Amino acid sequence: MALLEIKNLHAKVAVAGGREILKGVNLTVNAGEVHALMGRNGCGKSTLFQVIAGRETYEVTQGSITYEGKDLLEMSAEERAREGVFLAFQSPVEIPGVSTDYFLKAAVNEVRKHHGEPELDAMQFLKLFKEKRELLEIDASFTRRAVNEGFSGGEKKRNEVFQMAVMNPNLGLLDETDSGLDVDALKTVAKGINTLHQQDAHRALLVVTHQERLLKSIVPDFVHVMVEGRIIESGGKELALRVEQRGYAGIEAEVRQGA
Amino acid sequence: MTQVAEKKSSPLTHFTRLEKQLNVNPSPSWLDELRANAMRRFEEVGFPAQKSEAWRHTNIGPIVRTQWELADAGSMTGAADLVERFTFGDDAIVELVFVNGHYHGELSGLGKLPRGAKVGSLAEAIAKDGEAVQKHLAKHASIEANSFVALNTGLIADGAFIHLPAGTTLEQPIHILLVSTGGDKPAAAHPRVLVITEENVHATIVESYVGHEGQTYFTNTVTEIVCGADSHIDHCRLQQESTAAYHVSTMQVDLGRSSTFVSHACTMGGKLTRNDLNCIMNGEHAYATLNGLVLIGGDQHCDNHTLLRHEKANCPSHELYKHVLDGRSSAVFKGQIFVQKDAQKTDSKQTSKTLLLSDDAYMNSQPALEIYADDVKCTHGSTTGPVDEDMVFYLRTRGVGLDAARHLLTYAFAADVTRRIKVEPVRRRIEDYMAARHGLPQDLRITDVTHHDRAAL
Repeated sequence: MALLEIKNLHAKVAVAGGREILKGVNLTVNAGEVHALMGRNGCGKSTLFQVIAGRETYEVTQGSITYEGKDLLEMSAEERAREGVFLAFQSPVEIPGVSTDYFLKAAVNEVRKHHGEPELDAMQFLKLFKEKRELLEIDASFTRRAVNEGFSGGEKKRNEVFQMAVMNPNLGLLDETDSGLDVDALKTVAKGINTLHQQDAHRALLVVTHQERLLKSIVPDFVHVMVEGRIIESGGKELALRVEQRGYAGIEAEVRQGA
Repeated sequence: MTQVAEKKSSPLTHFTRLEKQLNVNPSPSWLDELRANAMRRFEEVGFPAQKSEAWRHTNIGPIVRTQWELADAGSMTGAADLVERFTFGDDAIVELVFVNGHYHGELSGLGKLPRGAKVGSLAEAIAKDGEAVQKHLAKHASIEANSFVALNTGLIADGAFIHLPAGTTLEQPIHILLVSTGGDKPAAAHPRVLVITEENVHATIVESYVGHEGQTYFTNTVTEIVCGADSHIDHCRLQQESTAAYHVSTMQVDLGRSSTFVSHACTMGGKLTRNDLNCIMNGEHAYATLNGLVLIGGDQHCDNHTLLRHEKANCPSHELYKHVLDGRSSAVFKGQIFVQKDAQKTDSKQTSKTLLLSDDAYMNSQPALEIYADDVKCTHGSTTGPVDEDMVFYLRTRGVGLDAARHLLTYAFAADVTRRIKVEPVRRRIEDYMAARHGLPQDLRITDVTHHDRAAL
């Protein structure tokens, strides 16, 4: 059974007369796999992630998403998270007055309750947070601050990966986690993501990126190119290199010729 | 309410009769005169007309129409329970308890005060220390500017009197706990608080107004505070009256040279609440911070009017009022900043933010800046809106449920004010209230960390 199976997914902005953004996406992700999703700005990559995560501002008009054999579209956003779907946002919101520590404790315990596991106590959290902070080379003061408030672009991305490390999901959706990072920060974040991947052979990652650079650090098993709400080409890691060399227009032209 | 003038005769003679009741007890002639003078003023102008700009949004009709008797000192029903619920216990250096506006010695708690510090009932101070009281009482809050002040002054009987001599530092707050028991007949209390601090005094004063839920009564309170030069006065006002009660408060603060005054005014109770807070910066380098938090729902209404009068140069002032409005509640924030022509280098920032938890809640926020100096920095800003759905979604993608996410964000919104409050029992009371109202899980408390750490020890 595939971890995630998306079939002919159509989605539009959930207002009367809203624009259709996803126009028949098909994608299968098995446990343990790393998939990269590439495409121009506005092609629907982020929308796909938001729809998988349960954003209600989009309406699915056709198709299905199955996660571990269950109908994901029937679940609320929080249920999906508790079932192990994690979205690292492209532009995470700032939440003044709520520290990362506090809300992550609530989040982790919600997930544990969902699975009938005992809640973690303060000491267990300290240990868990410390371990994950070290993985991402972040300072303790970082997570005591209000979520993303006054963070630089790079700090916000690091915080997303830190949260993913703490939440320990089955499926990580990383939306342009590499953008806004300098070379060193990119290395740290990539190392963190790789470690998370290696720690759990079942964990799958779906990564949106514009840069082949990231894919040198996080080597994908599959690469997909998305154009206008559809995946038009899939391949191995060499597809990323083809995108780098020929551009999306080149790939589009090749696909058209082939078809 | 346009016919206030015609109706004037009946309720006003009623209040004059109440004033005569007070004069049965022996009181010094200066006080009789003060009261008579104020009552004359009240008779002359009556309650504020609904049409007047300052009272346009405050529907005082039910107050005007009711024949309020003087709240009875002997009516003790449930008073001890309220005190038990709202006491600061060992967290206050002195706790003055008032039942229906009258000092209650047995319920009060007096700790050891530094030499020369006077903290006690106003009635006692008038009897024992008349001269000091006379010098300041009713010299600050104007009976001309506000007829509720005139009414309060006309009926002065008791309240709190605090006099802190130069150099006094109090490590713990003084808690003034004003309890209303309500009763069968509509009763009004007119408590008076007078705080005089001399030079270089550091003190925290908390006024709590509490009552039994469901009881209808009227509290018309006036507080006068004089901050001596170089003093630092922290003031908190916690209003948790019954949601069927009427609450009108006027606070007049006079800031001396290089003094700092910090106010946190929190309104949670009252069917109708009207708070006037006037701060006069009378010395250079005085610094005023006026923060407010309004947490209401149902059909509650709360009206906060603040005035910062910059009379002297080099005075900063900061103002942050936050409102969380649920149900069909409504609130008004009117922030006046007045900068005199000599008050150069004034640096004033005013912010009003409102979170609407229901479509039926209503907020009216109005800044009013009047500036006569040319070298000043005055800014104001106001936002009103529902809970941010992007934030809610973010929390949900981490497994936090929809309701919990909304509660957490509501709580965080208020925490912007509560975390600035230095008095722990005040923060705790606000958090308890929010937890009860918004079902906030204990482990999500933000401002109360120290309390829980201590409890865990």
